[in-house]
Amino acid sequence: MLIQCKVRRFNPTVDKKPYFSTYQVEAEPTDRVLDMLNTIKWELDGTLTYRRSCAHGVCGSDAMRINGRNRLACKVLVRDIGNKMTIEPMMGFTVLRDLVVDMEPFFEKYKAVKPYLINDNPAPVTERLQSPEELEAYDDTTKCILCAACTTACPPFWSNPDFVGPAALVNAHRFIFDSRDKAGAERADVISSREGVWRCRTVFNCTDACPRGIQVTNAMEEVKRKLLYDRA
Amino acid sequence: MYHRFDAIVVGAGGAGLMAALQLAQTPGISTAVISKLYPSRSHTGAAQGGIGAALGNLEEDHPEWHTFDTVKGGDYLVDQTAADVMCHEAVESVYELEHYGLPFSRTPDGKIAQRRFGGHTRNFGEAPVRRSCFAADRTGHMILQTLYQQCIKHEVNFYSEFQLLDLVFNDGVCCGIVALNIKDGEIHTFHAKAVLFATGGFGRAWKITSNALSNTGDGVAIAYRHGIPLEDMELYQFHPTGVYKLGILLTEGARGEGGILRNSEGERFTERYAPTLLDLAPRDMVSRFIYQEVREGRGINGGDFVHLDLTHLGAEVVEKKLPDLADFVRTYLGLDPVRELIPIQPTAHYAMGGIPTDIDGRVITGEHNTPLPGFYAAGECACVSVHGANRLGTNSLVDIVVFGRRAGRHMARYVQETGFTQLPQKPDLYAREQVGQLLARETGESAARIRSALQEEMMDKVSVVRSEEKLRAAQRTVRQLKEQYRHVAMQDRQTWYNSELHETMEVGYLLDLSESIIAGALAREESRGGHYREDYPTRDDVNFLRHTLVYDTPDGLQIRYKPVDLSKFEPKERKY
Repeated sequence: MLIQCKVRRFNPTVDKKPYFSTYQVEAEPTDRVLDMLNTIKWELDGTLTYRRSCAHGVCGSDAMRINGRNRLACKVLVRDIGNKMTIEPMMGFTVLRDLVVDMEPFFEKYKAVKPYLINDNPAPVTERLQSPEELEAYDDTTKCILCAACTTACPPFWSNPDFVGPAALVNAHRFIFDSRDKAGAERADVISSREGVWRCRTVFNCTDACPRGIQVTNAMEEVKRKLLYDRA
Repeated sequence: MYHRFDAIVVGAGGAGLMAALQLAQTPGISTAVISKLYPSRSHTGAAQGGIGAALGNLEEDHPEWHTFDTVKGGDYLVDQTAADVMCHEAVESVYELEHYGLPFSRTPDGKIAQRRFGGHTRNFGEAPVRRSCFAADRTGHMILQTLYQQCIKHEVNFYSEFQLLDLVFNDGVCCGIVALNIKDGEIHTFHAKAVLFATGGFGRAWKITSNALSNTGDGVAIAYRHGIPLEDMELYQFHPTGVYKLGILLTEGARGEGGILRNSEGERFTERYAPTLLDLAPRDMVSRFIYQEVREGRGINGGDFVHLDLTHLGAEVVEKKLPDLADFVRTYLGLDPVRELIPIQPTAHYAMGGIPTDIDGRVITGEHNTPLPGFYAAGECACVSVHGANRLGTNSLVDIVVFGRRAGRHMARYVQETGFTQLPQKPDLYAREQVGQLLARETGESAARIRSALQEEMMDKVSVVRSEEKLRAAQRTVRQLKEQYRHVAMQDRQTWYNSELHETMEVGYLLDLSESIIAGALAREESRGGHYREDYPTRDDVNFLRHTLVYDTPDGLQIRYKPVDLSKFEPKERKY
């Protein structure tokens, strides 16, 4: 099928302001949107710039706005979008070039929630035991691939870029509900700070945007409840 | 720009991060990790089914059994001491990952769950054993995330989106690397006492592959261009169950959970080829079984694919133990794996060969395994050789964790005992010239077109079944493409975030590596593991039970050999 694809372009070292390029490109209905972008780059316009790596939805490189919705370009098929497409970078981060945004602030927020197991007790010789039920409590949030689709779909984040955002909170959830983690207040203080989980207004955009199907809003609600109950 | 660190790690997948973590936990050592991606994008994250370790959580198991399976699975081209080290240290390495917080799937009593995987057996080949430790079917994702998290905890320095351009030696001692900051196009020199390459594989040399677009063998090719020989490059694994046409990996764990391969007649054809292990025979064999079925007209609708059948497993097993697989099948094929058959075909997956190293990750050259001071390699880019002629499923994750750890620890000792070697004059000269030429050339050949021609040719002539005729033709094609590549030109000549620039350099790496693969495949006039020659269909231990070394010399490619370490198990015919 013939696709009319509009892509938002910007190179801050050359362009005064962003503009759109429109490409007519032939694609199979079962092609990934990423395949179509590759066709443009490889056959029509080598200057088109975007990130990509695994091409099957596990590395998190190619989150972008496709017809207004955050998606991974490699995890959505052309037939599911239709023959008119507008592709733009994720909102809320500085555009480095075309569809590539500056991810440094995103990873800084991820690091801020101490996204690692904290347990100073000496480890046993073999594994620490954890029941399947204990694993179930945080299994969903271990799927996060740090693509930033959730955070950049979040209206409270758009209006306040200091908000740590859903992705960081998903990763906080992953450890808070891990029976092996003993961080307690050390992590809770970050999460409950001014720019922490209370900025969430349960818009559910994050849940809709997650390419891994993580129940993002639900995870943040669980974190809020946990903070309240632990304080009570 | 100039930087100085005691240790530099290139590549932020499992092997690189494991090594970086060892270095970061040694007081007084400065370490930096350079990666062309953000660390969490590395292709370790795509590994699905599990990491093999003889924990014996569900049934009796021993590291010796794991070693035997690894050696036999590798069709006896495995260096046996190295395999033994790997299989023993696999056990403590898996516990270490668990202590780092890796969310393994669990048994009802809370231990790490284990499942069956191809070629892993109890008591030296009797029957399948549950050895693969897993986190649903995203084990690699969890290893990558967990190691990245630990690196954050230990404040490892990362230079993300820096592309490796060159390796620097002075008087035979490795003393740094040169890399391009993709964002602004600036070239950086990193001066170091020791450098580890953990740069991954090169599946993008083939058209149908499970590999990421970034898996272009940069590190392997750069080592090769420095005169370092590459070991056993002809031994490349095709995984039997790639999504038809797309090549996306569908984990062997699906067959570990009871999935069955069927031909156009609905027959479980593995019964005819591997009566003991059936669908869980090693990957090289299952890929050939599929090729044979297709050749004899039993591909689905007469085509070049067969079916993976999970319909008898039930929704519970598919959704709980293989959730990512189910998601891939639904997303890319529009099929429901609980009720429908999945079209699959072999997909280029894993390099058994690579940069030769010893069991401490030190790069070694020549027939006498001479170490190159200061240069290390680990993971898929390296050849220890623990996979021989065919890697068993789960052993790639074992390899990166065990040898990433060993390399990191050896480097930590080495940099504590060693001073800095002075950089040579203009260490970045070659890199600057290479980048400068590409940015300056206005007209010429398209890298994308060269890459696509290469991938077609490698898929057609250098894949599951090879012959002298096909390999000679491929050799001619690759030489022509290399000639065209000398005149390659880009449309994008900006220095700022120029992704066409790094793609273009990657095509150059793939061309060099493909040439070495073909040279090795022509020289190995036998069939062993992943290398099957229809003109030499049997294994020839008299002439070819030895490792191939391919050298890129000013007089053309040269082939030499070195012996295989056979210290534990005597070679036998490989039957399952």
